[in-house]
Amino acid sequence: MGIVEAILFSVITAATPLVLAALGELVAERSGVLNLGVEGMMIMGAVCAFAATQLIGSPYAGILAGIAAGAVFSLLFGFLTLTLVANQVATGLALTLLGLGVSGMLGESFLGMQGIKLQPIAIPLLSKIPVVGPLLFRQDAIFYASVAILVGVHLFLFKSRAGLKLRAVGDSHSSAHALGVNVIRTRYLAVLFGGACAGLAGAQLSLVYTPQWVENMSAGRGWIALALVVFASWRPWRVVAGGYLFGAVSISQLHAQAFGIGIPSQFLTALPYIATIVVLILISHNRRMTLINTPASLGKPFVPDR
Amino acid sequence: MRIELEKRAKASALFSILSPFIALALTILFGGVMFALLGKNPVTALYSFFVEPLSEVWSLHELAIKAAPLILIGVGLSVCFRSNNWNIGAEGQFIMGAIAGSALPVLFYDWQSPLLLPLMMLLGMIGGALFAAIPAFLKAHMNTNEILTSLMLVYVAQLFLDWLVRGPWRNPQGMNFPETRTFGADAVLPEMLASGRMHWGFAFAIVAAVLVWFMMRYTLKGFEITVLGQSERAGRFAGFSSRKMIWFSMLFSGALAGLAGISEVSGAMQQLRPVISPGYGFTAIIVAFLGRLNPLGIAAAGLVLALTYLGGEAAQLSIGVSDKVTRVFQGLLLFFVLSCDALIHYRVRLVWDRFAAVKTEEAH
Repeated sequence: MGIVEAILFSVITAATPLVLAALGELVAERSGVLNLGVEGMMIMGAVCAFAATQLIGSPYAGILAGIAAGAVFSLLFGFLTLTLVANQVATGLALTLLGLGVSGMLGESFLGMQGIKLQPIAIPLLSKIPVVGPLLFRQDAIFYASVAILVGVHLFLFKSRAGLKLRAVGDSHSSAHALGVNVIRTRYLAVLFGGACAGLAGAQLSLVYTPQWVENMSAGRGWIALALVVFASWRPWRVVAGGYLFGAVSISQLHAQAFGIGIPSQFLTALPYIATIVVLILISHNRRMTLINTPASLGKPFVPDR
Repeated sequence: MRIELEKRAKASALFSILSPFIALALTILFGGVMFALLGKNPVTALYSFFVEPLSEVWSLHELAIKAAPLILIGVGLSVCFRSNNWNIGAEGQFIMGAIAGSALPVLFYDWQSPLLLPLMMLLGMIGGALFAAIPAFLKAHMNTNEILTSLMLVYVAQLFLDWLVRGPWRNPQGMNFPETRTFGADAVLPEMLASGRMHWGFAFAIVAAVLVWFMMRYTLKGFEITVLGQSERAGRFAGFSSRKMIWFSMLFSGALAGLAGISEVSGAMQQLRPVISPGYGFTAIIVAFLGRLNPLGIAAAGLVLALTYLGGEAAQLSIGVSDKVTRVFQGLLLFFVLSCDALIHYRVRLVWDRFAAVKTEEAH
């Protein structure tokens, strides 16, 4: 692999967790639920994936554990916001704080342990194509899953009846309810999907990106994923474009640090966070466009009348 | 079995008082279960977590030291949250306040004057407010979500502090340790009582809580905050500007967070280090909610959350559990607080099957 390919490969690796978490959150937000707990679900996914891999010995067990952890955590959020109608913003924050705490405790005995890296799977024939082959077809299972989820989410949201119902719930829950759609159940499922994706994203961090457990290793990626959904105006393909853009930013700052150009490393590390802010400004300064794109019921509680 | 909510005609006064206590009780109960799962005796564990830190004078001082920043930040956040502005970057504003206030004792090391301390406090507030001005400006004039921008700025502030104490502000006589010079005597926030370390930051916190309580209850500004928070439209009819409220609430909470930052650094540490806060800015969010966004409630809640920090340290020493349990307790507490709030606005009923609901309806 040449240097350019190596850099592109690392961009993909850095982008995959962002894309995964953002796609999951996109589905949740399309159903009208704003789950700010992505960071918490992601870090739970990371720690559970690492722990299961260590205990069972297979990174695939780790992947399953990561997904399960994210899903269980998202159900907590669902129970509070959907069943008990708690404030979504505050509950999302609670989920993040709880996730950071619980993961720190669970992960304590795994600190400093050598991880097991998820090995890439080469797809016959396709992986032999120059440049594209090694980049896209000699990847790990989580990357392939992210592609499948992207296509799946797109088809589901825009080509299926269930997806139409989900979008209806997100745009006007009372109309959807009047038409006989089960708003709460739809939202539960959307939140659950978001949690599973965030958990998978976390598993990618502790099994592929840096195969070890470090406290707070998600380092704000859950929040960046939330920003990506806004950036993408709630459209799956744009999530991918944004995700790769952010992957490129975070990789370029790493390379800049390695080359030791005269800028202090802290400023370079801050780049992805500053880029997030800049991107948010660019995308949302047009008030009318934002209003058109945002699911109209986003963040609003719904109590069915009987 | 399902859970059904029935909207109360009006918020239950009983449960608005009881719900934080129910939440606390549930947290302690769950904490006991957690300790039991960790193989510890839950009773001794809970005792050393929640009671032991209260049994000695020096640890009461430590409690006040930890509660001070939590109350200061939490009171500021209550104004934000009540007006529906979600500043969750108080951690960053805390750090920037600490940096701005520390500029004097670090850069003008030899300058000693009784004016120094008030100036530092003022600079701290300005630093915090200016840092909060960024998400305020972006929300008010660029329509940018303040939750995400204020949070991103926390990372920026942490990295900026890290750079300062490792680079330009590092103590020239400090053997390359990443820390600034120790502040001169006039730059140290004095202790309040002779019996221990508690400094005047705690007094700031109590004064702030009382003043904000007064503002919320008896002034037009307080009314404006509440109205705009509950319904922006209603606020507009009353002639209130939600844009001005964004600026006011964000700058106000930023200033209080900044004051908390410089008080902590000047009173408890006397120098800047790469990490100056065990997550006070985030824990203060829990404080604000546990206090039900009421400044006096927040003062009490600040003491409770401060206790979780001390309890974590104590439990680590006496029964050998990780001090990470602190964060678990804090997260659990916020969860239960938010769940119990359902009791205030709704009647919560367990329904055993679909028909039961219909039957009760027919019975009415």
